[in-house]
Amino acid sequence: MRLYGTFNGTLVIAGLAIVFTLIAPSIFQFFTIITLTQVIGLSILALSLALVWGFGGILCFGQSAFFGIGAYAYSVAAVNIGGSTGSILIAILAAAVFAAILGYFVFYGKVSDVYLAVITLTVSLILYSLMRRTSGPEYKIGNALLGGFNGTGSAPLNMPGDGSAMLFPMQTFYVSMAILVIAYVFTGWLVTTKFGRVCVSIRENEVRTELLGYDTRLYKLCLFSISAGIAGLGGVLFCVGVTRVTPDVFSLGQSALAIIWVIVGGRMTLIGPILATFVLYFLTSSLGSQQILNANLVLGIILVVFVLLVPNGVVPTIMNWFERRRTKRYERQKERRMKLRKHRAIG
Amino acid sequence: MARREVVVETRNLSMHFGGVRAVDNVDFELREKELRCLIGPNGAGKSTFFKCLTGQLRPTSGDVVIRDIIMTGRESHEIASLGVGIKTQVPNLFDGLTAVENLWLSSRRWHGDRRANTLVKETIDRLELGEIRSSIVGSLAHGQRQMVELGMVVAAEPWLVLLDEPAAGMTEEETFKTAELVREINKTSALIVVEHDMNFIRAISDIVTLFHQGSIFMEDKMDVISADPNAREIYLGHKT
Ligand SMILES: Nc1ncnc2c1ncn2[C@@H]1O[C@H](COP(=O)(O)OP(=O)(O)OP(=O)(O)O)[C@@H](O)[C@H]1O
Ligand SMILES: [Mg+2]
Repeated sequence: MRLYGTFNGTLVIAGLAIVFTLIAPSIFQFFTIITLTQVIGLSILALSLALVWGFGGILCFGQSAFFGIGAYAYSVAAVNIGGSTGSILIAILAAAVFAAILGYFVFYGKVSDVYLAVITLTVSLILYSLMRRTSGPEYKIGNALLGGFNGTGSAPLNMPGDGSAMLFPMQTFYVSMAILVIAYVFTGWLVTTKFGRVCVSIRENEVRTELLGYDTRLYKLCLFSISAGIAGLGGVLFCVGVTRVTPDVFSLGQSALAIIWVIVGGRMTLIGPILATFVLYFLTSSLGSQQILNANLVLGIILVVFVLLVPNGVVPTIMNWFERRRTKRYERQKERRMKLRKHRAIG
Repeated sequence: MARREVVVETRNLSMHFGGVRAVDNVDFELREKELRCLIGPNGAGKSTFFKCLTGQLRPTSGDVVIRDIIMTGRESHEIASLGVGIKTQVPNLFDGLTAVENLWLSSRRWHGDRRANTLVKETIDRLELGEIRSSIVGSLAHGQRQMVELGMVVAAEPWLVLLDEPAAGMTEEETFKTAELVREINKTSALIVVEHDMNFIRAISDIVTLFHQGSIFMEDKMDVISADPNAREIYLGHKT
């Protein structure tokens, strides 16, 4: 079952991620470690898009809407209930429930794929302009001011059950990596279950899946909500890393970036988009510190190059290359064995 | 002999596309364990009738009744969920997946993981798909793809099977194999088979329903239909 991937591969990569987490403090500067928490949040956004788009075939142009909802829900909840553990759960739920409501209309209304992309993007942009208009003391949820285009502060993570025991940056990094690994293993597991496989079959041929007796609308709705919940979780880590959330999380640029990460990393894999997020993030931020090349221009060129030359993305291309080498070697061995056998038969 | 129970029934079923009456007031009955062939010239409305049965089209008027439940205008998955196996006229496979994966998805809808895996293995042996089991079906030859689609139907063990042109584009040998398979499926399930290939129909058929311009023109044994001058006219008139 090649296209479905194997869960063992997922576990191996998760193991490597844990090794990376343990050695990261000794190879990176402290400042980089702090930045990493944001990037981990963004990579979870990429993971969620890889799930819904790569595996479910649902092109959600506005995945950042759920990312932003997660970030805002966390920030607001943390002020009101004081403490991050419950707020994280609220953020995931808020994003997933919002997606479930939106998805209900979209999937049960049999909106076509292209419109789905447009609608999700529009929703994201509506949230963007709505949140920008929330400056002033009258816009608040409980005790949390929304703050218009300046956004609102996001509380750091704390020990579960003790709102006053803030985590240090290094601890926050460990927790973020743990969350990334859990999210990755969960998605990797999900795509090997019956549910995940049916989602892949919907991507391949929705009519056929329907004719086999699967309620494709329900499957798509569930996948959409799950992926939104994961995006919301990404939003939490992002705003914790930045220490505040602004309406920019809903911007067109944010949505576009997520799509670029997935395309470059390879949308048929889960690890590809995660890695692409890290690489491209540090590439553009190092470009940002010099004046010769515009970072957005470089990003645009990378995207065009990938769409034209490596349409499957980096990770699938590398995996195919290895596979081809392996089959070639296997065939050569087989040939040699056959020759030997012939020799013996003659001799 | 007591008449067996009616499992599929259409009442005054009509499907119009603008002015085209693709299906026009069709009353049809299929009984348990029956094997019925639908024939008729191109454009007679067979596939449209078929799509009304499978929920791919919502009929303009009339009703589709399956096992005493009115299924008119229900979604395809609701109809399939009654235990109906469907193969459409246009090839309909998961092109990016392997043959095994295709069969598994069909079987798993009805069976637990272990049973589904066993059924997939059995189906592969039965349809002699062993050589292509791990091939991506998008890269297979037409006849092989047809076989995989039949395999998907078989692997789900449906009680009612609807096949639209299962033998189209197959070699003689494959057609023969398909006819055998259809008869074997018929031991446990009722079938409606739309087909053009007369040899295929002769090989499998019991009662044949002849469609003409959206209506049932005749319903009888194949020998009787081939001997009927009007029925021959309908076919010959469209063959040249
Ligand atoms: N979606 C559609 N819109 C308009 N007209 C249609 C549509 N589908 C079918 N028709 C018309 O309905 C009539 C019946 O078509 P149908 O496909 O049911 O014929 P058929 O008996 O299956 O023919 P064939 O043997 O070629 O498969 C034809 O005149 C066809 O042009
Ligand atoms: Mg037809």
